[in-house]
Amino acid sequence: MKAKERLLKVEDLKVHFFTYGGVVEALDGVSFDLFRSEVLGLVGESGCGKSVTALSIMRLVPRPGRIISGRIIFDGEDLLKKSEKEMYKIRGSRISLIFQDPTSSLNPLFTVGYQVAEPLVYHHRMGFKRAWDKAVQILAKTRIPDPPAKARSYPHELSGGMRQRSMIAMALACQPDLLIADEPTTNLDVTVERQILELVKDLQREFGTSVLWITHNLGVIAELCNRVVVMYAGNVVEIAEVEEIFSHPLHPYTQKLLKAIPSAQTVGGKLEEIPGTVPKLINPPSGCRFHPRCPAATDVCREEKPSMIEVRAGHFVACHLYSSGG
Amino acid sequence: MRFSPLTKYRLLKKRLKPSLKEMGLTFYVLRKNASAVLGAFIVASFIFLALFGPYIAPYDPYETDIIHRFEPPSPSHPLGTDKLGRDVLSRLLHGARYSAKAGIVVLAISVPVGVILGGIAGLFGGWIDEIIMRITDIFLAFPGLILAMAFSAALGPSLENAMLALTLVWWPLYTRLVRGQALSVRESAYVEAARSRGASKLYIVFKHILPNCLTPILVTFTLDMGAVILSCASLSFLGFGAQPPLPEWGRMVSDGRIYLFQAWWVSMFPGLAIALVVLGFNLLGDGIRDALDPKLRRITEVG
Repeated sequence: MKAKERLLKVEDLKVHFFTYGGVVEALDGVSFDLFRSEVLGLVGESGCGKSVTALSIMRLVPRPGRIISGRIIFDGEDLLKKSEKEMYKIRGSRISLIFQDPTSSLNPLFTVGYQVAEPLVYHHRMGFKRAWDKAVQILAKTRIPDPPAKARSYPHELSGGMRQRSMIAMALACQPDLLIADEPTTNLDVTVERQILELVKDLQREFGTSVLWITHNLGVIAELCNRVVVMYAGNVVEIAEVEEIFSHPLHPYTQKLLKAIPSAQTVGGKLEEIPGTVPKLINPPSGCRFHPRCPAATDVCREEKPSMIEVRAGHFVACHLYSSGG
Repeated sequence: MRFSPLTKYRLLKKRLKPSLKEMGLTFYVLRKNASAVLGAFIVASFIFLALFGPYIAPYDPYETDIIHRFEPPSPSHPLGTDKLGRDVLSRLLHGARYSAKAGIVVLAISVPVGVILGGIAGLFGGWIDEIIMRITDIFLAFPGLILAMAFSAALGPSLENAMLALTLVWWPLYTRLVRGQALSVRESAYVEAARSRGASKLYIVFKHILPNCLTPILVTFTLDMGAVILSCASLSFLGFGAQPPLPEWGRMVSDGRIYLFQAWWVSMFPGLAIALVVLGFNLLGDGIRDALDPKLRRITEVG
């Protein structure tokens, strides 16, 4: 691999949702880097802010959410300083998003080919005929059987796997620098999930696209990613290479999370669970947000928010257990 | 390089082939639906009569012939004559265009008004939505026909005023329909997906939101055609619409109703004509709804 070039830098991103019940601090200072041509996994439980992070990068945070502060540096430019018009040119062309539910993310009235060709028409100012041919080519790359025929089909005529393939085709149509995949395999069965993962891996290699893969499935992370960002309740708690995370998890949350995965070795035993539930983000816990559920919590954890420290090369963790020693 | 018109035609045909095929499929499904075909046939006959009725009418609809009043149906007067000896068939044939005119004019105004207002309300939301929808609610709070009666009584009874009154009553229905549709489509995942692909707002409105509102509008339009004709005939029947001697169907039913036991054909045939036309539009509307739904359409194709 070439020297790591930073493609995306998210810095101290804060996103709050101003609801009737109070301010929900969905993201509370999220920071991470994404390098060119890498697959970065973003893991965490439901509601920890993974999707909000993705939508913030696209600048598509739905109301009543607002990006309060932070910087999102994409290829040297701060996306948060861009106008809406400039964002139109970036979305779908330089950064694409694949959604969780391919069924409702496709317009039922247009053929799949039309929808794949669409971004080519308005981003690359391509004629429709050429865009269509290109769309068929891209659909072929996603290994949809009989791409010319499938391009002429309507979304409801395709299976879930094929729909997700066409969503991927749509996202890759303009050959973006960054592909954000927001749990794209959650609604698919495991065999199809497997195929989609293989596909994304191959396409990522072929196009050299960087991928931000959002999931709650650590198995998928192990399969696909180079590095992992672990999120908990709107905070990044740990960042490391994928092997490092699985062999030396540092943050108590990551450790607990890994223990909660069933493995082939522990047949019949009881799976460990993390006591308690994900905290509500209106009035989040003080200090480290994980402290109410953390077995190693001390007074410091209750009062002070831990900052990110690099414990080993490329392995960052936000936990007081490591700050005192290092 | 220059192409002959024939080559050009062939090229165009080739380019349009997929969409033509899709349209062909729509018509195919419509054709397979017997009641829709019946509806289409009735509607087509109605349109034909509205256009050419006066040319095929055997008599002048205004020509009175007191000696031959209340003649039952016979070869010389297939549908009989009315109280002034006018030929009912000729009056019926002339009357078709008044009903057609009412339906077309009322909907041609209220549909665009409803689509624009409803679209604005649904897409912009906020206080614009509030204002438009509250005004719509005021109109919808009154029973349609009674409100139309009030308008047309205030404006003075005539066919034109009845049409105006019906337009005033009809647009809120479309405003509400389109607003609801725009709201649900706006929130749909595919609109969000389109935004994530960098589609501009205008592009989304025209390419994603409008087409997805079109099917319900078209279906309601067809069904409403019958409803407007019926309402217009009702207004005329009650004396708020067309005035004698205009051969408007509702008016004709009204004129004949006191002689119902003596000369049933005077009211019966215009009444039947109204019922038939309304039925035709309803059947066609249902058929169009089934044919335009890509899901139902493909199922028919397989089966």
